[in-house]
Amino acid sequence: MVVALALGAVWTFLSRVPPAATTGGAPPPSAREGFSAPEFTLDLLGGGQVTLSNLRGKVVMVNLWASWCPPCRAEMPAIENVYRAYKDKGFEVLAVNTTYQDGEAEAAAFAQNYGLTFPIPLDRTGAVSNRYLLRALPSTFFVGPDGVIRSVVIGGPMSEAVIQSKVEELLKETP
Amino acid sequence: MFPCFRLGPFLLQLPGLALLAGVWVGSSLAEKEAARLKVNSADVYNLIFYGLVAGIVGARLAYAARYLSAYLANPLGLFALTPATLHPDAGLVIGIAVAVLFGWRRKLPLRPTLDALAPGLAAFMMALGLAHLSSGDAFGASARLPWSIYLWDDYRHPSQIYETLFALTIFAVTWKQPLGSGDGLNFVLVVALSAAARVFLEAFRGDSVIWIGGFRAAQVVGLLVLGVCWWLLRRWAQPLIPKEVAS
Repeated sequence: MVVALALGAVWTFLSRVPPAATTGGAPPPSAREGFSAPEFTLDLLGGGQVTLSNLRGKVVMVNLWASWCPPCRAEMPAIENVYRAYKDKGFEVLAVNTTYQDGEAEAAAFAQNYGLTFPIPLDRTGAVSNRYLLRALPSTFFVGPDGVIRSVVIGGPMSEAVIQSKVEELLKETP
Repeated sequence: MFPCFRLGPFLLQLPGLALLAGVWVGSSLAEKEAARLKVNSADVYNLIFYGLVAGIVGARLAYAARYLSAYLANPLGLFALTPATLHPDAGLVIGIAVAVLFGWRRKLPLRPTLDALAPGLAAFMMALGLAHLSSGDAFGASARLPWSIYLWDDYRHPSQIYETLFALTIFAVTWKQPLGSGDGLNFVLVVALSAAARVFLEAFRGDSVIWIGGFRAAQVVGLLVLGVCWWLLRRWAQPLIPKEVAS
């Protein structure tokens, strides 16, 4: 046991991480907590474009959804409520419609029915869904002001309290 | 990595299912071991059950307490099936505290009860490794090796597989060669081997929490746990106190 402790101490010392490894800049992009949110530029429903990196400095919620998905429908009012409450404090929602498996007309009708006021980017080719390793709808990524994903929620519907708690935590980091 | 699959209207979270299976297998093994050690197996089962429920509820309440205004405005959010809204550390502490309190109130003998829990704990550690493999958590450091896996946009050490294999070995060692019969040593052995495995395997992880000096937090904690286990092994290797044997 003493030998195990001594070997463990030596191994712990040898496997220290050089300071450069932890302070060497932003983490690489990948669709999980602790990594930079993968970059994308998409057309918006109703016209215009959005680029994720242009929102650096804000708390961004990237939500992938489709109009035919019941939990997506269920959580949209909660997302809208939180968006309205926090958008002036530096919170942005990018509700990426998975258009390649939905439809622009359906997305537009959905947004109108629910009175959605946040930007709705259209993923027509599925490239963004693929980059975000989409496996279930809805999938939500909470991105901090530094562009790093801080929390991932696969499936839904998310309650208003869940969204609010995530947003409040990240808004503390905004300048 | 395969975190979920849809079964009709249900989205099944595979890491959660792996953990559930681990709890089921672990508690079954603990019950059997309790019977072998002549500890009340129903009490041991209840100890696990209450600890688990208290841990989950405590983790959610601790999370909600941090965002009190949000949850006061939407109290139904407390029942959301979202693992991302749990406070795992608080859940662990509360779960263990409730289990200890239950064991104390039921007058369960400490060392035989711990030994009854040992094989179940080892089995659960295997399930934890599989849950990590399924979710992609506890991922490895970047490495180009013949056995590397492609995960999170890079080739990495398959740290989850290492973890599962070590847990399997620990299970085999403690299941087939128990150190004693109700003297608590088997439990200490499971914890010590798990801590040693963590100290060794943490070096291959890509998500380590780093402390001052570049030390990996899990390794430092693992060494401390190993030290406590060493002290306990020395202390508990003495013959059992007659009162504890009698109970």
